[in-house]
Amino acid sequence: MRLIAEGLACRRSGRRIFAGLSFALGPGEALVVTGRNGAGKSSLLAILAGRLAPEAGTLRAEEVGERTIPECLHGVGHRDGLKGALTADENLTFARDLLGAATLAPREALARLGLAHAAGLPVAYLSAGQRRRVALARLLVCRRPLWLLDEPTAALDAASQALLAGLMREHLREGGLVIAATHQALGLEEARTLAIEDFRPTGPARHDPFSETPAEAAR
Amino acid sequence: MIRPFLAVLVRDLRLAGRIGGSGALSLVFFLMIVVLVPFALGPDLNLLSRIGPAILWLAAVLATLIGLDRLFQADEEDGSLDLLTGAPAPLELVVLAKVLAHWLTTGLPLALAAPLFGLLVALSPAAMAGTSLTLLVGTPALTFIGAVGAALTASIRRGGLILAVVVLPLMIPTLIFGVSAADAATGGTVPLATPLLILGALSLVAGVVGTLGAAAALRWSE
Repeated sequence: MRLIAEGLACRRSGRRIFAGLSFALGPGEALVVTGRNGAGKSSLLAILAGRLAPEAGTLRAEEVGERTIPECLHGVGHRDGLKGALTADENLTFARDLLGAATLAPREALARLGLAHAAGLPVAYLSAGQRRRVALARLLVCRRPLWLLDEPTAALDAASQALLAGLMREHLREGGLVIAATHQALGLEEARTLAIEDFRPTGPARHDPFSETPAEAAR
Repeated sequence: MIRPFLAVLVRDLRLAGRIGGSGALSLVFFLMIVVLVPFALGPDLNLLSRIGPAILWLAAVLATLIGLDRLFQADEEDGSLDLLTGAPAPLELVVLAKVLAHWLTTGLPLALAAPLFGLLVALSPAAMAGTSLTLLVGTPALTFIGAVGAALTASIRRGGLILAVVVLPLMIPTLIFGVSAADAATGGTVPLATPLLILGALSLVAGVVGTLGAAAALRWSE
């Protein structure tokens, strides 16, 4: 799979968040999105996941056949998509049946993340870090080429962070793509970085009272 | 494509069974309304048995609203909705599975409990059977109409009241034909088949329009 974004712009509640973001990502490549709080990292991931329409720009995937982009990706974000009343095992079995292309059995995936003992516990009983690891186990129960991770290391201890780095490297070796928004080092040496805060719009933007400096407004 | 559908259906049925929540609650609410009416009207058995089917239908319409606001809101809050939109199946199919699971845990128990609750309003056996049958045919329409409102208010905190205001007027046709079919079961000028067939048609139309509408509302709210 190849993911190509050209000139993506985002506007939320009338305010320009970013504009003119372009990148291309091929098999085995990782992109780390950095930026201060509120720079638009999560908005960019929402656009990539198809949950938010970009204000401008195009996003396309190549070498994926008939599948749409949302059908090619795994997303793990702030909201972990787990049901507290169901056990970790049931949550993962549901994700596997829903998303298709099953690979590891739910219990094997949990064992990979060091949660074999918690497979039969309702997710509501687990700690924040354990819940995040159950959500990450979803990456392993079915095969999808693109991983979209929003602050994947939040609530994880040092050992789990190293484990996640290992999983991402393995995914990249198998030709997968990883896009992660984070403040912390992920342990991916070869990853490219896309810094949203360094970005300045180029070319004539359309009139936007929020992005003008007082000097520009006076002119 | 049938696999994601079954996955969602099984998950929602399992969740309803595990949490207990809306299904049992709407049944208790149904019972409450039916119990309150004889207290309000007095123990006039003739009056009660004449308006009994209407009371049961009104109670069913109100009980359907219980728990409907959480139909999509719970998934929206914990992020499951993002998971559902990434399934290799149309969102309409996922919505259909969720609404079907909701009806199986709320609408169907209402229809099955109607003969029992009919005792409280002095229904004759024929009226009990008629009311139960019309609820069985008509409650899918109520659930599917409600699903559109539930999808529209999925991302609104405390959207339950807005949901009721939006959805109740749309349930009027179902209520009219439901009650008239239940009345026709105990004799009357209209044969039972006429309003019952219209009620069935309402459920089928609501099944299509409600599924498409709810899926469209979920896409739009994102």
